[in-house]
Amino acid sequence: MSKNNNFQWIGKSWTQVGGLAKAKGETVFADDMFLPRMLHAKMLSSPYAHAIIKSIDVTPALKRPGVIVAISGKDLPIPYGILPVSQDETALCVEKVRMIGDPVAAVAAIDEETAEAALEDIVVDYEPLPSVMSIEEGLAQEEVQIHDYATHGNVHKQVALEFGDTEAGFAQADHVREELFYYEGSTHLPMEQHSAVAQQGANNRLTLWSSTQTPHYVHRTLAKVLGMPVSQIRVIATPVGGGFGGKTDPFQHEIVVCKLAMLTGRPVKLTLTREEVFYRHRGRHPVLMWVKAGMKSDGSITALHFRNFLDGGAYGSYGVASTFYTGALQTVTYAIANYKFEAMRIFTNKAPCGPKRGHGTPQPRFALEVLLDKFAVDLGVDPAELRLKHLMPDNSKTVNHLTVTTNGLGECIRKVTEASGFRKRHMESHHGKGIGLGCSSYLSGAGLPIYWNKMPHSGVQIKIDRGGGVTVFCGSADIGQGSDSILAGIVAEELGIHIKHVIIVTSDTDLTPVDLGSYSSRVTLMTGNAAIAAARPLREKILSAASEVMEIPEGDLTIRNGEVGMLDGSGEPIPFVDAVQWTETKFGTLGSVGSYTPTRRGGEFKGAGVGPSPNYSFSACVAEVTCDSETGLYSVEKVWLAHDIGQAINEKLVIGQVEGSVYMGLGEAMMEEHVYRPGRSDVSGLHKTPSMLDYKSLTSLDMPEVETILVETHDPEGPYGAKEAGQGPLLPIMPAIANAIYNAVGVRVDEVPITPEKIFQGLQKLKSGKNGKSGTTVRIGPTKFPKVKFPEPIHVEPPV
Amino acid sequence: MLRLPPFEYFSPQSVAEAVSLKAKHGSNAMYTAGGTDLFPNMKRRQFTPQTLIGLRELKELRMIISDEGLVIGAGVSLSEVAEHPKVRNHYPALAKAVSLVSTPQLRNMGTFGGNLSLDTRCTYYNQTYPWRKALGFCLKKDGDICWVARSSPKCLAVSSSDCAPVAVALNAEFRLVGPEGERRVPACQFYNNDGISYLNKNEDELLTSIHFPPYEGWLMNYKKLRRRDSIDFPILGVATALRLGNNGDCAEARIVLGAVASSPLQAYEAEKMLIGERLTSDRIEVAAQVAAKLSKPMDNTDMTLGFRKKMVRLFVTKAIKEALEN
Repeated sequence: MSKNNNFQWIGKSWTQVGGLAKAKGETVFADDMFLPRMLHAKMLSSPYAHAIIKSIDVTPALKRPGVIVAISGKDLPIPYGILPVSQDETALCVEKVRMIGDPVAAVAAIDEETAEAALEDIVVDYEPLPSVMSIEEGLAQEEVQIHDYATHGNVHKQVALEFGDTEAGFAQADHVREELFYYEGSTHLPMEQHSAVAQQGANNRLTLWSSTQTPHYVHRTLAKVLGMPVSQIRVIATPVGGGFGGKTDPFQHEIVVCKLAMLTGRPVKLTLTREEVFYRHRGRHPVLMWVKAGMKSDGSITALHFRNFLDGGAYGSYGVASTFYTGALQTVTYAIANYKFEAMRIFTNKAPCGPKRGHGTPQPRFALEVLLDKFAVDLGVDPAELRLKHLMPDNSKTVNHLTVTTNGLGECIRKVTEASGFRKRHMESHHGKGIGLGCSSYLSGAGLPIYWNKMPHSGVQIKIDRGGGVTVFCGSADIGQGSDSILAGIVAEELGIHIKHVIIVTSDTDLTPVDLGSYSSRVTLMTGNAAIAAARPLREKILSAASEVMEIPEGDLTIRNGEVGMLDGSGEPIPFVDAVQWTETKFGTLGSVGSYTPTRRGGEFKGAGVGPSPNYSFSACVAEVTCDSETGLYSVEKVWLAHDIGQAINEKLVIGQVEGSVYMGLGEAMMEEHVYRPGRSDVSGLHKTPSMLDYKSLTSLDMPEVETILVETHDPEGPYGAKEAGQGPLLPIMPAIANAIYNAVGVRVDEVPITPEKIFQGLQKLKSGKNGKSGTTVRIGPTKFPKVKFPEPIHVEPPV
Repeated sequence: MLRLPPFEYFSPQSVAEAVSLKAKHGSNAMYTAGGTDLFPNMKRRQFTPQTLIGLRELKELRMIISDEGLVIGAGVSLSEVAEHPKVRNHYPALAKAVSLVSTPQLRNMGTFGGNLSLDTRCTYYNQTYPWRKALGFCLKKDGDICWVARSSPKCLAVSSSDCAPVAVALNAEFRLVGPEGERRVPACQFYNNDGISYLNKNEDELLTSIHFPPYEGWLMNYKKLRRRDSIDFPILGVATALRLGNNGDCAEARIVLGAVASSPLQAYEAEKMLIGERLTSDRIEVAAQVAAKLSKPMDNTDMTLGFRKKMVRLFVTKAIKEALEN
């Protein structure tokens, strides 16, 4: 697709829809809501990591003045879960608890203090069970099962796929490396804790306001668990104060407030404490990886084999998809001739993992990009050059049958290395200053929905008022990324009007057509395409009516800057509002709908549903670090990030997404750890740092300068050629830091986070000469890998 | 969100009134100045005082008096201390330590006396009530076991004040006013190496001012280890103060370690190794090694204890060398 330079809005930077309200503190988040007669709810958490609930008595809580109602698991026994294959959660635990923080009961009271105090009145009799606290324990423990639907023991999901013949590929290689990597889990850490308000109004219709990324999936879940027709429930996603994947599951508190509102006939609010958010989690899976890669002297990859263990936590969540994602996208960046992927997700008695920005791909991407850095040393070539030689070409298919329409990675690498002076500085002697490169790719929306159906993934409805106001309705949820702005910009562009005349109504199941939600980086591409589909017929109608009144052929007319006029600029243009009134006169009330369904792509094998996307974004990152060669303490001085955005819709928002990704990626690379007090039987399973002070994430002082470079490949699948920006730019950060640390001080940290303690350990080894065989690199990282037999892989022929 | 427990609040207008209110309400009452540590701790039910005695109105606590030395009121905000010209020019280690406390916002609210009296910290203790209940509580609050070292008869919570090691290194004196009158305590005697009874202060006594002797011509420094460049408490603080004699040899030396025990620890043996000596790189490193022996970090703060222990020698060395260079 060629670049169109005549856009009025596309590619420009306009103020984010709702941005000013946020800056002024006017935005009403879920926790800001106060309805008349509203009650406050709290949930009682399990103090045990794994236990049977022998009995539970909520009645003592009812005696406390101010408490209106109290419920337990038996009041909401129907199981649910985001994936149809993992319906393993209940709103309140029924028979057993599977982690500390699992909610077992809830109360609604006149205020938060009373509700909190009443939790102490509830009597629960637990019978503690042995707990499973790690991948290794989960694999070893067959008798103690966290879920009885597990494949066996505590193995939730196992995958084995082989594309081509990896053994033959390794045989052709000149260099073969076998490596272990570990990627620690981390949590989303949104500024806004989860919060929901429910009210049962006239005709017993139920309304839920919730800080959620996926109102449609919450809607479906409520209907199932509450046993109500979908049409009796309205879900409204409130403005979301940060999601990052942490608000994409249906959550216990959303169901609980509905139940409490139905029982009391009063509105009920429940806002999670920060500690509860840490336990609800659904964040990054800790992944232990074994990787074997074969490379020819020319740098081409003959075979790649990943074997991954995911620490899933207590519930399924998106885990089956996460498991596939740890194997799906390694193939999209560079040509890989033969590829094998095996993975297991293990249940443990910890907070459930799920999708966090990058969903399942940062972990293997970290391994792959560090591995390539090591190969570059083996081959004695520049790491950028190594990558540039073997990129996936445009309009190609990967070994695992993913279609790459456009690949801007080459341009990203060239631009980012040039801007940072990478080639020269990477070669220089370092004295604690180092520079590292990482690359990546991500999908612009999952090709398949969460539940099986062939309906559209996104729907947009437009209504034009005879005063010239244009209202856009869509189920998508703006989670701060700016999806409302994207809708407004696209509709304004299509109708040729100022963005201030576009009114956005989103994420309200009563008012807006279904959009699957803000996850998998799908919104710009999918709602964008749906918005174009909805707007274009209206534009045509307006031109047709104007043509009639103005007595000018339709083909000579256009709408631009809020006026209908001649394409060539001659003559006197007509205000948009006049044309709208002519159009309504001619056609009746002005409205239209548009929808988008991605083309079905990908292979025909089992598991082929995870990975396909209309298009893929690409990113290349160079990070510069300064590391104290005595202490291992380091700082990141600057990050250059080039991102193939296809076509920016709003450039400022894209840069915001890139900078946010760098921030979040650096947190994971440098310090974030979602860890639990170790397995002493009586205290295992307590989150070690469930607060924003103790869970270490970057402060503004730790944040380096970021130079963003946007590369535009004008992809045929995206609206105006656009690709995603929300997740991809995070992926290359972690390996870029690891590679920069190696460049600075000569220590390989094959593990995330890359803490000063680990670097210090490496520096000590380096000093003492205890780096194994002479000449080998000092490496800090995992040294053990479980010996477990994987099932015979499904063999798939690579595409011709 | 976490809610504060209910309490009664008094706003006395004089130190005498504050002290008598405290005596009247006894152990159910607590003093509060900036509240930046107390209120979050109350939300987590580490403290549940029925009465709070606010110190904001006590003007005599909010003065900085520059005499021969320096008198800083306990109620002066950390920001004001950090910006005071005399602190910056004559007590640079203090200026540095104060400016490294927490964040700008919390330094605007938090007070000098508050930081010097900061409750000891521990990752098993600085948690919410439900967390500590699931654990089974600990020695410091509601329980009978120290989870950091189960056989330990005493609480091992960590002294986490940036200002305390500097106050000790600079031989500050603390003025305490109680129902029976006032007394002055040298900083080194103000702290006990016990996570629970970490202050040598009667419950009713109020810390009103901190008195620093003059430090003309001293070389002083403070170095702080923490994971991030803002907000984090120290997991190691090193305060040093040196005076060189006319011959260039070290005439006086003070080395105090923070955040390695329940109180600041003065490294007397290491100081002795410097006094009367030429401060060569070797000499400094030997002394730093001796100072490091004092430190026995436990697994109850951020970062691994092995790393924190290893950092003591390097930080002491750097603190002294940097001070000599400036």
